[in-house]
Amino acid sequence: MNALTPPTGVWWKQPLDRVEGTWIVIAFAWCLIMFFMMPYWHVYGKQNLSNEAYRTTPEMFQAKTQAMVDKYKVREETDQKIPVVAPPAGSDVYLIARLWSWWPMVELEEGKTYRLHLASMDWLHGFSLQPENINIQVHPGYEHVMTVTPTRAGTYSIICNEYCGINHHTMASRMYVVKAK
Amino acid sequence: MAVNRMFRTCPSTGLVYHEPAEKLIRWNAVAAVVSLLVGGILALLVTLTRWPAVHLLPPDWFYLVLTAHGLDMLVFWIIFFEIAVLYFCSSVLLRCRLAMPGMAWLGFWLMIVGALVNNVAVFRGDSSVMFTSYAPMGAHPAFYLGLILFAVGALIACFVFFGTLVVAKAERTYNGSVPLVTFGAVTAAIIAVFTIASGAIILIPTFLWSIGLVDYIDSLMYRTVWWAFGHSSQQINVAAHVSVWYAIAAVVFGAKPMSEKVSRTAFFLYICFLQLASAHHLLADPGLTSNWKIFNTSYAMYLAVLASMVHGLTVPGAIEVAQREKGFNRGLFEWLRKAPWSNPSFSAMFMSLIGFGFLGGISGVMMGTEQLNLIIHNTIYVPGHFHATVVVGTTLAFMGLTYFLIPTLFRREMMFPGMAKWQPYVFGLGMMSFSLFMMGAGTLGVPRRHWDMTFAGNALGYEFPGTAYLMMGIMAISGLAAVVGGIMYLLITVGSVFLGKKIQTPDFARVAARDGVAPKPVPQPVAVSHAGIGTAGFVAPGTFVLALVFLTAFVLYYFVNWKYLSTVWPLS
Amino acid sequence: MNNASNESPLDVDDEPVPAMQQILDNPFLLLFIGIAMPTVLYIVWGVMEIVGIPVAK
Repeated sequence: MNALTPPTGVWWKQPLDRVEGTWIVIAFAWCLIMFFMMPYWHVYGKQNLSNEAYRTTPEMFQAKTQAMVDKYKVREETDQKIPVVAPPAGSDVYLIARLWSWWPMVELEEGKTYRLHLASMDWLHGFSLQPENINIQVHPGYEHVMTVTPTRAGTYSIICNEYCGINHHTMASRMYVVKAK
Repeated sequence: MAVNRMFRTCPSTGLVYHEPAEKLIRWNAVAAVVSLLVGGILALLVTLTRWPAVHLLPPDWFYLVLTAHGLDMLVFWIIFFEIAVLYFCSSVLLRCRLAMPGMAWLGFWLMIVGALVNNVAVFRGDSSVMFTSYAPMGAHPAFYLGLILFAVGALIACFVFFGTLVVAKAERTYNGSVPLVTFGAVTAAIIAVFTIASGAIILIPTFLWSIGLVDYIDSLMYRTVWWAFGHSSQQINVAAHVSVWYAIAAVVFGAKPMSEKVSRTAFFLYICFLQLASAHHLLADPGLTSNWKIFNTSYAMYLAVLASMVHGLTVPGAIEVAQREKGFNRGLFEWLRKAPWSNPSFSAMFMSLIGFGFLGGISGVMMGTEQLNLIIHNTIYVPGHFHATVVVGTTLAFMGLTYFLIPTLFRREMMFPGMAKWQPYVFGLGMMSFSLFMMGAGTLGVPRRHWDMTFAGNALGYEFPGTAYLMMGIMAISGLAAVVGGIMYLLITVGSVFLGKKIQTPDFARVAARDGVAPKPVPQPVAVSHAGIGTAGFVAPGTFVLALVFLTAFVLYYFVNWKYLSTVWPLS
Repeated sequence: MNNASNESPLDVDDEPVPAMQQILDNPFLLLFIGIAMPTVLYIVWGVMEIVGIPVAK
């Protein structure tokens, strides 16, 4: 009798071998530890993806973003004159993902907390902040709101890491983090 | 219609083949290998493009080829082969006629037509939407139609499998319970039915949307339901290749399962919980709560991971017991040292097990941890993980099974036996290194499905560290080694099946239903005694030590990732 | 009819078959469980959460 032949009789009552029994106990304990790590981190850890999200439309999200740009624009960059906005600490920061750019660019202060809103105007995109390596899916029709606290000053890149068509690889932008004034 | 009752018995293995089943298994296996050939050529092109120093294809071709590679490998190669495995595990292992061969052929041709239609849609150039085809990015209607036809064909095949189980029971071709390998196939078939149903729920509306009959497909709804299809389709593989491990252990060593109860319960945990892991893909998405994410991503408290850890112990454990009983009982690892390392079925199976556990399994749990996913989602770490599970795990196991099937199923002598000895090592080690360096590049943020990590000519591009380029280079070179291993496999299998020397065996003969009834079983002692082998009351101490090595690696790597996560920007 | 004594494949043992072994020997019950569990826990729960997402102000 082996794994290719049918077992007969009551195999359910065959006693467990010690190797198997011991391993099952160890493995199950490890599974429980891994499971409880996730709720534990929600309570004691600092890196948790927000559950706050809303249904929205491209027009609505565009309008909110435009309002922020009008209010907090500090300069423009590159040939496309992409606005750079520097909203005050604690405020709402909107970032649009669209084929194939991020709009606008944001300048945040080190150690301050912001409410970052992400949404796409068209297809799925991937918010990938480098070199921090924070990666979040960006949907059309949904506004994802999270609080974020940049911890180190510097120039960061936002690249798209969800395939979004033929120019996907050109979709990149910057995020500036400056020392607190 | 008269029922075909023509059977033959393979003289060297004792396996019983039903004529239509044998033909169907052969044709499904051949269709699988053809898909592997096409997917393999595409794999080479993808690798050479993602190698920064070569950067072979232009972007439109890269995205097209990557789409086709994903579909031909993840769907067509694997599912055709799995259908062959399902028919083998039902008809052959239960010594039973295949239920409804006509339906099985209908399913087969639907799958062929579906695969062709889908491939044509992709190669036309207007359906470069990747394997995932995330709406609202749209493909040509034929793209979805091809997948739907293929899925319907595969669903029919699953029901032929279940039908065969019913026939076997009714005609009493076996006593007691189905063999463990067949039970694993039942698990795979159940997951396949759920997979295909989910695929229908999402692909049919998407098809209607592509021809203008539906206005809008919600992207979050699409991703949620699509992954019930996309991820579960890879869980079919897990159940199937674990069954293949048990089968090869039985064929090569005559290994008995350590305990039917433990192994079957582990498969039962797969049936209940494995498919919940589709949530792995949605951990970085808005709108789904952490409750849903944590419960589903952990397969309800990691019960399916527990099952995999159990299989990972019981398969080598069964081999160890069989080897020790043959006299290789010295020390911890004599049984492993004296294993038939030049038998490609065994070496493929053993590397599949190690690679699936250490590389695929551990990395899968990392990505599937709600918070850790933030530093991994959509980086090239993800394909690194699934090349370790689906290629090292499933494909390599299927390759090992092929070496066993060539003489018994195709009745041909294996060509190039010298090359076959090396094939699993070239392919397996190449692929393991490929996966490992992909994951390494992923931890540095290199995105998946991306044509140009240099962002050439882009004023806002990101400059990846030199290490990332180094890893992508080593990844590509390893990928080339794996391609060489793939070519070796294709040469051996295609050569043997079409040109190999025929093995003369008794041909098909009619077996009446009453002659096919299994003989009354002789009572067997239920408790199997393994007196005199092993150490310290453990019958398989070597395997236990290996399992503890695995657990140590797992625990360390798990907490290293949490440590790394704790250094990134606070988010809430 | 030399198979008459073969009616029950399990008659080699007089022991009753434990419930769990009977469940694992029933592929259609397993099929039901294997579809119902992920459908309810993953798809239905997930879709309900998506439908319940509030509209942005």
